[in-house]
Amino acid sequence: MTMVDGSDPFLASLTTVEMPIVDDPSRDQPRKSPSFRASGVVEAVGSMVSAAVLGYVVCRFFSWGGLMGPGLVTAALFVGIFSTVIRESSGAEAAADRVAHVLILVLALTAVLPLVAMVSFVTLKGLAAFRLGFFVQDMAKVGPLDKGGGALHAIIGSLEQVGIASLVAVPLALLSAVYLNEMKGKMAKYVRFMVDAMSGVPSVVAGLFIYAAWVVGLHQGPSGFAASLALIVLMLPTITRTSEEVLRTISDSLREASLALGAPQWRTVLGVVLPTARSGIITATLLGVARAVGETAPMILTTRGSSRTNTNPFQDQQGDLPLFIYQLLRQPNQAQVDRAFTGAFILLLLVGLLFTLARLAGTSRRK
Amino acid sequence: MTLLDSFPPPQVATLRTPEAPVVGSTLEARRVSAWFGSRKVLERASLTMEAQRVTALIGPSGCGKSTFLRTLNRMHENIPDAQFGGEVLLDGQDIYDGDLGLTEVRLMIGMVFQKPNPFPSMSIAGNVLSGLKLSGRKVADREVLVEKSLRRAGLWGEVKDRLNASGASLSGGQQQRLCIARALAMEPKILLMDEPCSALDPISTRVIEGTILELAPTITIVIVTHNMQQAQRVSNQCAFFNVERIGEPGRLVESGPTAKIFGNPDDQRTDDYVNGRFG
Repeated sequence: MTMVDGSDPFLASLTTVEMPIVDDPSRDQPRKSPSFRASGVVEAVGSMVSAAVLGYVVCRFFSWGGLMGPGLVTAALFVGIFSTVIRESSGAEAAADRVAHVLILVLALTAVLPLVAMVSFVTLKGLAAFRLGFFVQDMAKVGPLDKGGGALHAIIGSLEQVGIASLVAVPLALLSAVYLNEMKGKMAKYVRFMVDAMSGVPSVVAGLFIYAAWVVGLHQGPSGFAASLALIVLMLPTITRTSEEVLRTISDSLREASLALGAPQWRTVLGVVLPTARSGIITATLLGVARAVGETAPMILTTRGSSRTNTNPFQDQQGDLPLFIYQLLRQPNQAQVDRAFTGAFILLLLVGLLFTLARLAGTSRRK
Repeated sequence: MTLLDSFPPPQVATLRTPEAPVVGSTLEARRVSAWFGSRKVLERASLTMEAQRVTALIGPSGCGKSTFLRTLNRMHENIPDAQFGGEVLLDGQDIYDGDLGLTEVRLMIGMVFQKPNPFPSMSIAGNVLSGLKLSGRKVADREVLVEKSLRRAGLWGEVKDRLNASGASLSGGQQQRLCIARALAMEPKILLMDEPCSALDPISTRVIEGTILELAPTITIVIVTHNMQQAQRVSNQCAFFNVERIGEPGRLVESGPTAKIFGNPDDQRTDDYVNGRFG
């Protein structure tokens, strides 16, 4: 600015343009990019309203009743109207983009809807008969018309059966996944084929197998452990295949780096591959446990349920939450049905708690 | 040199006269050939990599220079179907003859890869110590080793306040120097570098080149590079690899002092390549 003396009007105008720009970092504000425009909202809402009105008229004209027909007609009309409106205002490319955007949004919401509906339905129905006593009482001396009673025996049974199954299945599945993806042994092809075949086994068949082989075949009788055996059969393939997929995503460059440092393969797997894959493996394990904890069919054949508390999983029939729900829901008696829903609610809580704990374990530990 | 002065020389060197410390080792490749399945990718490459010298391997893509580098610490055999022929002598001992275990070979001959690959599950300090942990060794004083290795790799000043942060939180250039520190923590005699700067910006590249020059008096370095200027800046001797036609194996065309390879090479192909007339 020193060369500008004010005599030259052009240079003077330049300086007046530059002067007001104050470079003050403390005045910087992060800007939010707008997530929607007002015109976009008007277009969407307007299209919806006109589609609804038109849909109503069309359905009255053809006298289509119900929810399904008019809903589909309105949805189809909406897509047509909306894309026409956008095409008028912003062109064909934008129309395709916006319509796809809206369709994906609607489909995503449709996919989440059943889940939300189920959780809130079970919660509402479950809370009706929910008491804290539900956690400390069992059904041993509760008659059909009595008040009270609880799911203690079922909670203990579920925890023991799924716990034992997880203790056996998770290490086995992890070892299988390491064999399949890290060692790539000669048998990998056949192991993978077997695992795939096993993951297609219906749960009732797994239960029937344990019933025939263990409960009856080896004269072991029904027990919580028999149920665990059936769950192991079901959990193994799920956890193995998902863990294998997780291990496959670990970059080979990390394995190379470890080997180049002089690490033998087993230390590479234990020290580098598995820690890197930890959160994915926890998710894989959760999927397997989540599948197991709600299984009902194999339980009917293996542990058969019980209304009294049996803490020994290796002897005698044992209750668990799926059986609790299944057996009480079939009673011709509102109090029992209410108990079944409370059992379902507790099962949901249990799974939610399990997921939260596992997630915490997966993210918190950092050396 | 300034960084090195602040450190006592490695234990090997303390036994020798301080005026002329001879540290590092000589690596000699004799008639090295390599195959992937039945396809021969490298034919009879012989090269001596002197102690305390930086050797640059240059040549067009697919000429076998990276494969050659990977035969020098037996990383080549990790690839399924990979085969090896010839000899690689570390101070006169063949690293392929079985007297030295695979682990021992790689402990003595460290490696830095093209893409920075710090272990994401470990902290910065954990990455430096990872080699010891992964090879099942104990270290007396962890903090000293971490600091010494990071200083040698030229990274100490930037990370000394956050040694427990994740290794993945560093920038690309810092990650690569962390990988160098990780390799140096094992006190290798030889350091192999496979295009260590190709994924980095010019400033990080300069820093790593500075690190190489500072390391050179204490360790034998072999570096693969596509960057002619880099080869001239950091190397004492140079080896030019070439592949004549598609499908033929790569061959070592010429090797010698860097100044000669770039100034007055014997072979016309070397002259063409270093002057940018092909490749």
